[in-house]
Amino acid sequence: MIIKPEPTIKDLSFIIDNSGLKPNDLLNMYKRMVTIRYFEEEIRKVYHEGKNPFNMASGIIRGEMHLAIGQEAVAVGSLYNVRVDDVVISTHRPHHHAIAKGVDLKKLAAEIFGKATGLCRGKGGHMHLFDKEKNFACSGIVGASFPQAAGAAFAFKYLNKDNVAFAFAGEGAANHGTFSETLNIASAWELPLIIVIEDNKYADSTPKSLVMSTTFHYQRGLAYNVPSYLVDGMDVIDVYITTKKAVERGRRGFGPTLIEAITYRYVGHFEGDGEEYRTKDEVEFWSQVDPIRRLENRLLKLNFADSEMLAKLREEARREVQEAIDFAIKSPYPSPEEALRGVFA
Amino acid sequence: MKIRGIAQAISEGIRQEMERNDKIVVLGEDVTYWGAVFGFTMGLFDKFGRKRIIDTPITEQTFMGMGVGAASVGLHPVISLMFVDFLGAGFDQMFNHMAKNYYMSGGQFPMPITVITAIGGGYGDSSQHSQVLYSIFAHLPGFKVVVPSTPYDAKGLTIKALRDQNPVIIFGHKLLTGLPFLPFEGIEEEVPDEPYEIDFGKAIVRKEGSDITIIGTALMVHRSLKAAEMLEKEGISAEVIDLRTLVPLDEETIIKSAKKTGKVLIVDEDYMSYGMTGEIAFRIQSKALRELKVPISRLAVPDVPIPFSEPLENAVIPSVKSIYDEAKKLLMH
Ligand SMILES: Cc1ncc(C[n+]2csc(CCOP(=O)(O)OP(=O)(O)O)c2C)c(N)n1
Ligand SMILES: [Mg+2]
Repeated sequence: MIIKPEPTIKDLSFIIDNSGLKPNDLLNMYKRMVTIRYFEEEIRKVYHEGKNPFNMASGIIRGEMHLAIGQEAVAVGSLYNVRVDDVVISTHRPHHHAIAKGVDLKKLAAEIFGKATGLCRGKGGHMHLFDKEKNFACSGIVGASFPQAAGAAFAFKYLNKDNVAFAFAGEGAANHGTFSETLNIASAWELPLIIVIEDNKYADSTPKSLVMSTTFHYQRGLAYNVPSYLVDGMDVIDVYITTKKAVERGRRGFGPTLIEAITYRYVGHFEGDGEEYRTKDEVEFWSQVDPIRRLENRLLKLNFADSEMLAKLREEARREVQEAIDFAIKSPYPSPEEALRGVFA
Repeated sequence: MKIRGIAQAISEGIRQEMERNDKIVVLGEDVTYWGAVFGFTMGLFDKFGRKRIIDTPITEQTFMGMGVGAASVGLHPVISLMFVDFLGAGFDQMFNHMAKNYYMSGGQFPMPITVITAIGGGYGDSSQHSQVLYSIFAHLPGFKVVVPSTPYDAKGLTIKALRDQNPVIIFGHKLLTGLPFLPFEGIEEEVPDEPYEIDFGKAIVRKEGSDITIIGTALMVHRSLKAAEMLEKEGISAEVIDLRTLVPLDEETIIKSAKKTGKVLIVDEDYMSYGMTGEIAFRIQSKALRELKVPISRLAVPDVPIPFSEPLENAVIPSVKSIYDEAKKLLMH
């Protein structure tokens, strides 16, 4: 709808058949997307508790909080293609990628709460989530994901593994030198790297129209001889299909792919954002193409599920999220001495 | 005019100098709508528009390098490095060029550039958004390092920076900005409406005392003053010195105080080793060894990244309590 017309149901059936996706896959994707949405909505609720008037340092969850509400289809559609031993490097906005990569919800929540039971024993927090088991990492430094994913891809190639590495980043991050440098090296060395740019039109408060020489970043990928695609990031199927090709390419040793997903965040850059840089109308416009509602409508129209089934999936997701949040709340804080441990391996 | 916190004071200083000097332009991420996030450029966009207040793409290396180039043909760029933690993304242009071009060119290319950056933790922003790192800049020849702790100082030091022909880095502590979304440990005070300068290399005695000297910058000055109040209640008279600039450094004021009290505690929110505390201690002992009654003591982030979780973060950033405790230990010595 955003960059392609919404297909008729008949055409959509054809597209899905062709992609190899089964009804059950789409239901799994639906479940993952609502899990991400509920998880972030819950985090958002707890984050604002004890923050009235708004102050980042108070409440149960402290510091900055970047949510990806609205961007779920990009994470779920792309990462539905990966195995647990594939690597994903994410950003300051990492929850949707983490959940789509299979990171345990409880450990994730506990980390965001700064608890000893968290992924990183409470040392990292929301922008610094690391999961060795799930091969997931992220960084609060913009532009950091590209070279790190390229490094993992380099290692996979060196080790003769058929794994791929994903770098996620925003359209703002792709203006950073690391993006161009990584495209060049990954292309020259045919690394199994997949770069996914989430173009939500803003980097903090800065609209891309003021700071970008091209309309899209995939155009830049082409200049480095990297197959580059523009996909509808509000359409999980579109994201899935393109990423599938990219992953196959990577696994077979044919080199990197750049995927740019047009998407939108329905909430501020971070919580507490006054959003002076965009209009309510614009947010309203994008909420018309909510990726979750869109998939839901399709599932119903395709008769892949009835509304009862979807309600059941939503309930399951709600319960899992609630259990994770409860786990995080009940978990103990690390002891202060932990701060001095773990600088060196 | 009454100003609460250093953010408005810095932006006020920039505004007044921009009115006087049309060679000044402001570059950086989110310097328009968001006032560089921590308010150092707030209000400037409304006044000067996009011609002079310019949002850059996220390209630290490039906008720092552009600062070097623009300065070499006559502009005075003010560059926002949103958090000092991002210095790595632009540092080559800063330390190999901005800081050295004047020297390397045999004096042909002065680098009148003012970089403004936010420092400090204490609000749960974890390892990549809570550092201080000014000692890295102070270590490298060619940067002037300015660390205001009050609105009056912030405005006067900013104006001084904007009239300086050298790269000056202004480190504004987030908890002193006075912005509503952060804790505030700074002060509100009367600040002259007209432009004024505060000289670099002049520390200030924030509180006079005779039993112990506590030396700090930024947030640590305010916490040390609170610790000094606690000591005062026990009849201990602490002198608190705010360094204001690390480069140039006012040796005279700190050595005079060290000689007077004979007991010195240096407090820093930067990492402990190879940093400000060691440097100040060296300078004091080299000129006041005989007057020192006990070894110099220091308190700083104990060479670990700033952790996220609240009890861990509290354990590594010097607090009023830990400053008080350290001072007591020193006095018992
Ligand atoms: C090197 C660096 N510069 C600046 C920042 C501050 N910052 C954090 S997020 C952000 C905007 C990122 O925009 P984009 O890449 O589009 O991702 P989005 O937030 O839209 O998901 C900026 C400038 C940072 N974290 N790291
Ligand atoms: Mg963006």
